[in-house]
Amino acid sequence: MRSICLYFQVHQPFRLRTYRFFDIGADHYYYDDYQNKRIARRIASDCYIPANEVLLGLINEFGSAFKVTFSISGSALEQFKKYTPEVIASFKRLAKTGNVEFLAETYAHSLVGLNDPAEFKRQVEQHAAAIKELFGVTPTAFRNTELVYSNSIAGQVLEMGYKTMLTEGAKQLLGWKSPNYLYCSAPHQRLKLLLRNYQLSDDITFRFSQQDWSEWPLTADKYVKWLNDIDPKQEIVNLFMDYETFGEHQKAESGIFGFLRAFPEQVIKTQRWTFSTPSEVSEDLQPVAGIDCPHAISWADEERDLTAWLGNDLQDEAFSSLYKVSDIMLHCTDADLNRDWNYLQASDHFYYMCTKWFSDGAVHHYFNPYGSPYEAFLNYMNVLSDFLIRVREYAENEPVSVIEATVKAVGTTKEKVSPAAKVPAKKEIKTKAPVAAKPPKKAESKPRK
Amino acid sequence: MFGWEFPPHITGGLGTACFGLTKGLLKHGVDVQFVVPKAYGDESQEAVRLINASDVTVMMKDPIFREYWNQITYMEIGSNLIPYVGPEDFQQMVSENLKVKVEEGSRVFSEKFQFSGKYGHDLMEEVARYALVGASIAANSEFDVIHAHDWLTYSAGVAAKKISGKPLVVHMHATEFDRSGENYNENVYEIERKGMAEADRVITVSNLTRNIVIERYHIDPDKVITVHNAVEPPETTELVDAEKHVKEKIVTFLGRITFQKGPEYFIEAACKVLERDKNVRFVMAGTGDLMEKMIRRVAKLKISSNFHFTGFLKGENVDRMFAMSDVYVMPSVSEPFGISPLEAMRSNVPVVISKQSGVAEVLDHVMKVDFWDVDAMADAIYGLLHYKSMHSMFIEHGTEEVNNLKWESAALKVADIYKSLV
Repeated sequence: MRSICLYFQVHQPFRLRTYRFFDIGADHYYYDDYQNKRIARRIASDCYIPANEVLLGLINEFGSAFKVTFSISGSALEQFKKYTPEVIASFKRLAKTGNVEFLAETYAHSLVGLNDPAEFKRQVEQHAAAIKELFGVTPTAFRNTELVYSNSIAGQVLEMGYKTMLTEGAKQLLGWKSPNYLYCSAPHQRLKLLLRNYQLSDDITFRFSQQDWSEWPLTADKYVKWLNDIDPKQEIVNLFMDYETFGEHQKAESGIFGFLRAFPEQVIKTQRWTFSTPSEVSEDLQPVAGIDCPHAISWADEERDLTAWLGNDLQDEAFSSLYKVSDIMLHCTDADLNRDWNYLQASDHFYYMCTKWFSDGAVHHYFNPYGSPYEAFLNYMNVLSDFLIRVREYAENEPVSVIEATVKAVGTTKEKVSPAAKVPAKKEIKTKAPVAAKPPKKAESKPRK
Repeated sequence: MFGWEFPPHITGGLGTACFGLTKGLLKHGVDVQFVVPKAYGDESQEAVRLINASDVTVMMKDPIFREYWNQITYMEIGSNLIPYVGPEDFQQMVSENLKVKVEEGSRVFSEKFQFSGKYGHDLMEEVARYALVGASIAANSEFDVIHAHDWLTYSAGVAAKKISGKPLVVHMHATEFDRSGENYNENVYEIERKGMAEADRVITVSNLTRNIVIERYHIDPDKVITVHNAVEPPETTELVDAEKHVKEKIVTFLGRITFQKGPEYFIEAACKVLERDKNVRFVMAGTGDLMEKMIRRVAKLKISSNFHFTGFLKGENVDRMFAMSDVYVMPSVSEPFGISPLEAMRSNVPVVISKQSGVAEVLDHVMKVDFWDVDAMADAIYGLLHYKSMHSMFIEHGTEEVNNLKWESAALKVADIYKSLV
């Protein structure tokens, strides 16, 4: 029987507080706890909890005929633990059924796959460990942040031991081909690819409650008819969407939860399709062709490229400034620095700096806590300036391995570092130091240029 | 069209805006006669026929003129009513006033008035006399629509409408609340309200002003239309060379130093930036009734060595000031539109503007802050001085944005309003 692969993305970033330049060097806590807590709680009660209930109900009713897949970012997991432990409990109940696959991704929901293989690997490992700890399973299939994919990323993912990866069925990738088959990477043929059917996915995520859409209202009957109309030779339909679609982007009043329950019921009753997880599909099917992707794609916007996160001067400066310290951070053992390193890499920060929506901001305004991309940039750069000062101070007080990385990364500190003198490091003292420790004088007078 | 000033004899943005608009209207086939209180003879007449009110003969026998003349006696001049005047003009104005007073004694039934065209002591009287001139012109010439700019000319517009029966458009470049805050002059308020009430359409320069017109003047929202101002393309594409003799970055405030422009917020923000970064100089260019208070405040904060006052700047000196600046700040408490940020952007200077300005409605590539939020203002200034890409994005996209604000498109909206009335 043909397969439907239903995968939901769960992510929440740690939003930054308003951080002024005079906080640089003086205050090292960057997060808007109130907003983060408020939003996590709201989305938990509007979306995660009720949607999980619907899925659990379907699994209880239909057993192995219904399967579903999640990818939950590390920062989302941390927020659930902190603010809404009931969401973790709810996902654990789903995990226990055995009908749920959890995907691997970058812990920080970052774009690091584009520029730093070592840090990419570290984050994927950290994420896999977190999933294992919470849900007792080790992920076997991979999806990258925002479904960002390229030949180079394929190679890195394969090297990490994953045989299956999910990405967007972008036109520039497929041309005339259909996304409804299993593919593989052209240069790395052992990596199988599941490609998102954006037509059918977006019918739910974007168009479900659009009353000016010619197909509105979307009923389960209609949707299942579309599925059944697909050429019988085509093997899979990949419906990948943000989990927040259910109850957040599409409000409960739109009937989205009724749809989430009714359409799988209908599919299972008509017996033309079965629900499978990416790893199952990858096991069962043979790839029909190789996909070549020299330029990175994503699942965002009409262009399906990276321009939502990178490309304008603001985004590029912020991104490159951040990754200047990745060599140091790879060896960093300071818990607070590591936390901030993860949180500051979240793709969301760069998304807020995008200027291409001045003309048609409708969709994006909703997600953006800032009035303009410039405000987003300004705030992020202030935070980053403080973070970079802390990282460099840390590096100056650390053992040889870190110092070497520092010298490589930051040419300017070279002369200050005399490895022999610094080896008997004050590492223990440093890691125990409280977050709000008084900054050294130098940080105040010389913010990062 | 009735206006109070026309380039090059201007004291603020009003004359520039009128000039840009008339040039734009010409492109849409609108023929404009522009009446100013006093023409100097060197005004650009490329787009309009300029009529000097001082040359117009008023027939005092006509009862309708008498009605207006009688009103003059009611209107005493409030002493705080000098909205735009520059100090160096003041002396001259007073002497001109004296001259007019002398001539008054010999007035007969038919006469010409000498207008100063300034914003002096006898402003109210000039406004009323200008109304008589308006009526007289309306009675003696051919036209389809009357368009009056700002309250000074509203009485003339209303008089012209009464005489000719032609539709009246009044243009709100600023309201009395923008100029004076809550201590507004009731006479001026009344002239504005009456002018708008009698008008067939009211044009506001921003939605900010439109809201004030609707809420504070109780004007029917259906006849109030926003037409954002634009900016004339530069006469030369060549930018003035920066003759900067200091190595520090320069942050500039340029405008009248009055309540409306929010100079004290600029000073507080400057102080916050200087606490952190001494390699910045702040410049306050302009003059106004709060200048002394501002100088005292700067001294009190002990930032005088990095904070400079230039006095009133004009023409080429303004361009030079922009060329030297690294950031331009307009912290206006209430700014109906605000053309100066556009001039700064055209000179490749990134700008920080208050959200309480009409120009914020048409610009994306600027930092917008609340005028009272000095933390945010300081942060924006600091960011523009320290984060390269922000600076470069503002320059790259800002210039393009400004160049797209054309008087031609603003004039098209105005022309459409005319068409809807005739």
